[in-house]
Amino acid sequence: MTRKILVAVCAALLLSTVASAQGKLNVMTATEDLAAIAKEVAGDRANVESMARGYQDPHFVEAKPSFILKLQKADLLVVVGRELEIGWLPPLIAQSRNAKIQLGADGYLDASLTAQILEIPTTQVTRAMGDVHPLGNPHYWLDPENGKRIAKAIADKLAQLRPNDIPYFQQRLADFTSRLDAAEKRWLATMAPYKGTKMVTYHRSFPNFAERFGLQIVGYVEPRPGIPPTPQHTLDLINEMKRQNVKLVLVEPYFDLKTPNAIGRETGAQVLVMPPSVGGTKDVTDYFKLFDYDINLLVEAIKKSGAQATK
Amino acid sequence: MRAVRMVCASLMATGLVLTPSSAFAQDVQALRQEIDQLRREFDALKQDYGARLSALEEKLAAAQGAATTVPPAAAPAAPAATAQPSPTAPQPPAAPQPATAAQQPAAPVPPGAEGAGGPTGALPVYGSAAAGSKVFNPDMAVIGDVLGAAGHNSVAPSPALEVHEAEASFQAIVDPYARADFFVSFGEEGVVLEEGFVTFTSLPGGLLTKVGKMRAAFGKVNTLHNHVLPWTDRPLMTRNLVGGEDGIDDAGISVARLIPNPWLFLEATGQVFRGDSDDLFKSVEPSNLSYVGHLRAYQDITESSNIDLGFSYARGHNNDSQGNPELFGTFITQLYGIDATFRWRPLQRSIYRSFVGRFENVWSRRDQANGLQGSTGYYLSGDYQFARRWFAGARYDHSGRATDASLVDDGGALTLTYWPSEFSQVRGQYRRTNYANAPSADEFLFQFQFSIGAHGAHPF
Repeated sequence: MTRKILVAVCAALLLSTVASAQGKLNVMTATEDLAAIAKEVAGDRANVESMARGYQDPHFVEAKPSFILKLQKADLLVVVGRELEIGWLPPLIAQSRNAKIQLGADGYLDASLTAQILEIPTTQVTRAMGDVHPLGNPHYWLDPENGKRIAKAIADKLAQLRPNDIPYFQQRLADFTSRLDAAEKRWLATMAPYKGTKMVTYHRSFPNFAERFGLQIVGYVEPRPGIPPTPQHTLDLINEMKRQNVKLVLVEPYFDLKTPNAIGRETGAQVLVMPPSVGGTKDVTDYFKLFDYDINLLVEAIKKSGAQATK
Repeated sequence: MRAVRMVCASLMATGLVLTPSSAFAQDVQALRQEIDQLRREFDALKQDYGARLSALEEKLAAAQGAATTVPPAAAPAAPAATAQPSPTAPQPPAAPQPATAAQQPAAPVPPGAEGAGGPTGALPVYGSAAAGSKVFNPDMAVIGDVLGAAGHNSVAPSPALEVHEAEASFQAIVDPYARADFFVSFGEEGVVLEEGFVTFTSLPGGLLTKVGKMRAAFGKVNTLHNHVLPWTDRPLMTRNLVGGEDGIDDAGISVARLIPNPWLFLEATGQVFRGDSDDLFKSVEPSNLSYVGHLRAYQDITESSNIDLGFSYARGHNNDSQGNPELFGTFITQLYGIDATFRWRPLQRSIYRSFVGRFENVWSRRDQANGLQGSTGYYLSGDYQFARRWFAGARYDHSGRATDASLVDDGGALTLTYWPSEFSQVRGQYRRTNYANAPSADEFLFQFQFSIGAHGAHPF
């Protein structure tokens, strides 16, 4: 009897160690976009979770202790970088008690390092420009090309952490990339007739999106990044929109619609709540749906308003 | 490239011409082998140089390509500048630049070689403005705190205007195992190291260890720097019972550990200090240490709201001697505290609306020559953000005095705060204090705060 129990205990112990050796990786990401891409690459080999929600301003996430508990167990932390998370992530990492995800450790991945970054300041940066990001615009994930680069970076990192699963991650990456290639062709084709369409956005969240799909952003509702709209700036913006016949205002889901709506009334422009992130609205549940949703929204609005660039 | 080849070839030729003179006696076979050997080496060299050169050429082409693609890429940004004729229109900070990593040439370049992405040009001289060590400078910031006061207070009068403090912070990662934080406060009375400690982030057993001078983990308000307080002052409770403005702020060692459990965030902190904290604790001999223990429980209620509870204990020697120097250091003060913080911040509207409710209660047990003094103090406050840059708050204060429990002060404050940007703050505060043994004071306090330098963490 005792022998049986002993054998059972040994077997259980053995099994548990085997299970932990093959256990899933815990991947924490700063935003849902990175989580969506990480899920594509990691498949069933990792539990992926994001700290920020897609409908939340990623600059102003609260450093809640509940995130510390999650970071403590993480094998990999993927951040957007370019100082997007500077206001909340550093204290969380410091308190995580997790050597694996400290800056410079193997489990810390800055996804921006291989991406194409726009608006890197070439002149002296001062806060007179508002809350500018001295290392470039951190909203770079809204370009499928960068999506591929982020996926590659995550796949490389996963391969480094789980060398046994390299073929699996490579296969997942290849699959994701080819699906994204096909989707990008489709998106580019959908957007092609509307190249050069002019629009105004609330915050500088869409430069990569605009560049990829040939849209022209002529102004911002915010007078400077991080500074709420002022009457004078709003007036100037309205005049400029009238002069250039701009018929679209894009607003991220976490901004107040009062000023954009006023601008819309004055100029006859349509105000679109356009999610810049996965999870920005209920329907946008993965990286593909983000572009599907945004492009569909834009095309419908352009058709309706006739904001299309005249050729 | 051709020049390199020519030089190599002529060197080889010279070698070939010179060798035969000494190799006459040698076997022709050996000579042939030698030539083959040289040829192989030369080919290898040629390949190596070829690879390096083509890598460089590709890099050059990529750089030129990037340079020529800048104008069209900048096109969407350029009209933005012209689109805003107002003088306040921001300049687009940059022309788009492709990240170099994405454009890395495919040809292998040996690491460290030119073209491998390392520093190019003359290497900097040690100590020069461009020295590489400059990148290791800590993140620096200075926060200015200017306080003004109007009204009459006979107990704790405030000057009409003062630079209350200028707090300089220096923060950096020390090595793979630790980070360091220094906060130096320049006030009207001089310079004080407010905090200066190293945090070991990677110790085994999940122990987060700090060594240095730090604000003790006693309750909530004691841990907060002046510039993140929701008021211009500190509550009566702090002023009467927990060491005044500086609070328990001492040199020591702090160890904090998470207590694993399936339900909530639970953290226990133990701290040992030298035992000198303002007029609260006084260390006469090295053994007069002070101790602080803190248990923090935190739980998310919904994604928008959470509750934070704390239990604190502090013990140390006080400065009472009742005129007898021999008794100095023999009396003990013990503090017990509870704190509760409720936060609400709807995620989607997080930059426009929030509420923080705070409650803290401290029991002081101060042993002194004339017997044990047991005093209680508490505050209750709420701060509501009603617009992106506007906050309104109220606080009720009640506190006995540490040295004489029969004297009880109470009071309250109303605040209105405006943030021009994330980096500055203007605050007005009306404060009424009913002193136990002096006339009540009605004061209007106002504060200007501004921060320059590195972007600090948002307070939580």
